[in-house]
Amino acid sequence: MTQKPRKGEHKWAAVVGLEIHAQISSNSKLFSGSQVRFSAPPNSLVSFFDASLPGTLPVLNRRCVEAAVMTGLALNCHINKKSLFDRKHYFYADLPAGYQITQQRLPIAVNGSLTYGVCAGKKQSQVIPKTVRIKQIQLEQDSGKSLHDDLRSQTLIDLNRAEGQLRVDANISVHHPGEPLGVRTEVKNLNSIRFLAKAIDYEIQRQINELENGGEILNETRSFHYQLGCTMSMRDKEGKQDYRFMPEPNLPPLVLYDATSLPAGADPQQVINIDQIRETLPELPSVTRERLVQQYGMLLEHSFTLLNEVGLLEFFQNVIKETRAEPKKVTSWVLNTFLGYLKQQNLAVSESPVTPSALAELLDLLDSRTISSAAAKQVFEELWKREGKTPGQIVSEKQLELMEDRGALEQLCHSMMEAHPQVVMDLKKGNPRAINKLIGLVRKATQSRADPAMIKEILEKKLSS
Amino acid sequence: CYYYFLQEILDTHDSISGQITPTELCQKCLSLIKKTKFLNAYITVSEEVALKQAEESEKRYKNGQSLGDLDGIPVAVKDNFSTSGIETTCASNMLKGYIPPYNATVVQKLLDQGALLMGKTNLDEFAMGSGSTDGIFGPVKNPWSYSKQYREKRKQNPHSKNEDSDWLITGGSSGGSAAAVSAFTCYAALGSDTGGSTRNPAAHCGLVGFKPSYGLVSRHGLIPLVNSMDVPGILTRCVDDAAIVLGALAGPDPKDSTTVHDPINKPFMLPSLADVSKLCIGIPKEYLIPELSSEVRSLWSKAADLFESEGAKVLEVSLPHTSYSIVCYHVLCTSEVASNMARFDGLQYGHRCDINVSTEAMYAATRREGFNDVVRGRILSGNFFLLKENYENYFVKAQKVRRLIANDFVNAFNSGVDVLLTPTTLSEAVPYLEFIKEDNRTRSAQDDIFTQAVNMAGLPAVSIPVALSNQGLPIGLQFIGRAFCDQQLLTVAKWFEKQVQFPVIQLQELMDDCSAVLENEKSASVSLKQ
Repeated sequence: MTQKPRKGEHKWAAVVGLEIHAQISSNSKLFSGSQVRFSAPPNSLVSFFDASLPGTLPVLNRRCVEAAVMTGLALNCHINKKSLFDRKHYFYADLPAGYQITQQRLPIAVNGSLTYGVCAGKKQSQVIPKTVRIKQIQLEQDSGKSLHDDLRSQTLIDLNRAEGQLRVDANISVHHPGEPLGVRTEVKNLNSIRFLAKAIDYEIQRQINELENGGEILNETRSFHYQLGCTMSMRDKEGKQDYRFMPEPNLPPLVLYDATSLPAGADPQQVINIDQIRETLPELPSVTRERLVQQYGMLLEHSFTLLNEVGLLEFFQNVIKETRAEPKKVTSWVLNTFLGYLKQQNLAVSESPVTPSALAELLDLLDSRTISSAAAKQVFEELWKREGKTPGQIVSEKQLELMEDRGALEQLCHSMMEAHPQVVMDLKKGNPRAINKLIGLVRKATQSRADPAMIKEILEKKLSS
Repeated sequence: CYYYFLQEILDTHDSISGQITPTELCQKCLSLIKKTKFLNAYITVSEEVALKQAEESEKRYKNGQSLGDLDGIPVAVKDNFSTSGIETTCASNMLKGYIPPYNATVVQKLLDQGALLMGKTNLDEFAMGSGSTDGIFGPVKNPWSYSKQYREKRKQNPHSKNEDSDWLITGGSSGGSAAAVSAFTCYAALGSDTGGSTRNPAAHCGLVGFKPSYGLVSRHGLIPLVNSMDVPGILTRCVDDAAIVLGALAGPDPKDSTTVHDPINKPFMLPSLADVSKLCIGIPKEYLIPELSSEVRSLWSKAADLFESEGAKVLEVSLPHTSYSIVCYHVLCTSEVASNMARFDGLQYGHRCDINVSTEAMYAATRREGFNDVVRGRILSGNFFLLKENYENYFVKAQKVRRLIANDFVNAFNSGVDVLLTPTTLSEAVPYLEFIKEDNRTRSAQDDIFTQAVNMAGLPAVSIPVALSNQGLPIGLQFIGRAFCDQQLLTVAKWFEKQVQFPVIQLQELMDDCSAVLENEKSASVSLKQ
């Protein structure tokens, strides 16, 4: 008999495993020659095999295997030179054969990892690198689509099977650190990151509450109720499913080669060479991030941000190409100002009214001290209005050139100090904020054309004399 | 009147060039099909299709563009092969009315060679059985029941007054194809062979029944029983004909990933073996079992002696795991059946019940109505073996035993044996009334005993008709070859066929009123050369 733990007595640790279903981008399906196309009319892309007509056999799609190998390599997996296909049996209307072909015994890739960044710290500005283990990658058939027509109490099946969505099942359990893992539940069919996070959070808390109240966790499947934000049991009336896994007899083992094991004189059409595929991989994100840090001296978290936004890295690199400004300046402008504007208006990089060239020109003006940084921000705002003007044009139109005449500035400072003796007195008393007021006054008098740093320097000099 | 027995495809091919037209030949066969309707060999007779094909064949011959040896030759196809536009039932309610939209690869290959498709032949439901008695269209009758050879012997021992109540089974499950060929309604027929379903009826109907190596011939379009053991089988009246058909069918198919890619030499012409002195024949001692009838045993022994007397080496070999093969076969067969039959739910094609309360209820009723007891029994057994808690002890164990059985053959062949010689069946064909005294499962276990280990090992094998029993019924013997040595196997079989000179079936009553289509007379075993 176990003793009922008091609430909050021990710490809890949660273990989460994700099963991610991602559709391969290919022209035809995994085992049949029929095409893959989004939004095609229902059942218009169904081959005899897809309809499970008797006598039809699966034929493996080369491109899908290559995609799986690429994914495995990108995720640092060990690619199994031999992998096997199995049948997973269950009855459901969107599964015409009564089984799904998958890789249960020996999948194509195992034991990989993925490094990613978690935003933490104040203002979520810190990025902590973390690593997640990839247990395995397997090729499998997708099922059809079911549309439930509750009005007519019927279900319509579309066997086209091209959904293009990511689908995630989460396995969640809790335990006390140091003790064995707890019973896990499975939450199925989550298809947004936001709901995935909510479902996991909810389920972890539910399990903790249940256990702290002396209850137990059942090894069951649950679904996530989007509106209520909770998970609910999907208890199968007949009990737990036994999928009766069996080797797929119509598909021989999938054998992959590398440069050393490739048989001499092998027909390249008939074999897949892992090393050759590795060469076609683009630069992986972790390598890119490392390169960015080394090359441009940016912080690691900056590299994460640059890569996490579609098109941002390219934008950044294009600006770097065209500007004389220091990379750190570019980084700051792209990640803070540019990205800030995009997020505020919920725009993608591709929809940006400011081109890399425009930003590069702006940064050059800043770099040559033609304008102050405050003025630069003003110019940027104007650019965002999409009126077709270049930064140079905006600067001259609005007369934003930095005041270059130091003498005139000194005179202005002098007169401002004379005009505001109270502020000067505050300053002399030691009030640090007073100087900002003075700087502000002088700036205003110059219509922001003076560099605040220079104003400050002049004022301080005067005050100390 | 004179009657013409067209034994050989090649000779008929030559005849078509000169004397008989494809249409005439087609009509003759169609007429024979009608006359032999009582045999119940055919489920569907594709008369219009065949006549149209005959017409096209005729045009080709006229233009000197015959497609090959099979052009204009009538063939039949077992009703578990998918035929485009022609009903394919597997003798089951589940597929009654199902008209496939595509041809099985082997069917397409025959059609591409100009063969005429006479129809789809009867079988045990979903090819499960060894008698061709358990299909929804009723049992197939063995033409030998009506042969002069059998009838004369029966007159000596009169049993019942009603002669037709004692008709004999063809064996199975490709009994319809066997009866079709045996009764001269076609020259060749496709069967399927999973545990002996082509060789068994061949032996009972006095035919050549050939099972190719697994992977040699495409299974695309063959509605599967056991994917890892099924092959398309060939039934003909002589070995040369089987070789011609094999030549048309063999070869890799991109639609079937289990076919092998090594190039096959075509055409599949068999050399005439001058002598067998370089040959080594193996006799597996475990195949000598008490249930074997004395007649078959005697013929087996005589055959071995024949090879020896002609200079071949005849060795006793051991296949030590033979006694486990039946039980191993049943576990693997039922497991695959359970899986393969899962697609029959009434949703996309075939029978669908009237219940629409829920999907599950619909599935259950459709499958209960669509499948017979035999099929349902195998599905239930198979699902049992595939359950998580049973999988290791049954399925995996059976696969391991299967490997041992396959290795037995490898070892036998490695010891210098070229070909194994065994019985095909325990005895000659039995009367239907006697056959049905035991259930399908019992019969299958008994009748498959010499044939099914071959399927587990994926080897080529052929049943050759040897002689008539005391009752005037055919007895066949089986040759088993090395994997992918199908040509060598058939070469040995051809030599043996020539030696034994098996008699032609005399179906007097059928031929009596047949009009002489050809002027040439042909005797039973002398082939006609131009």
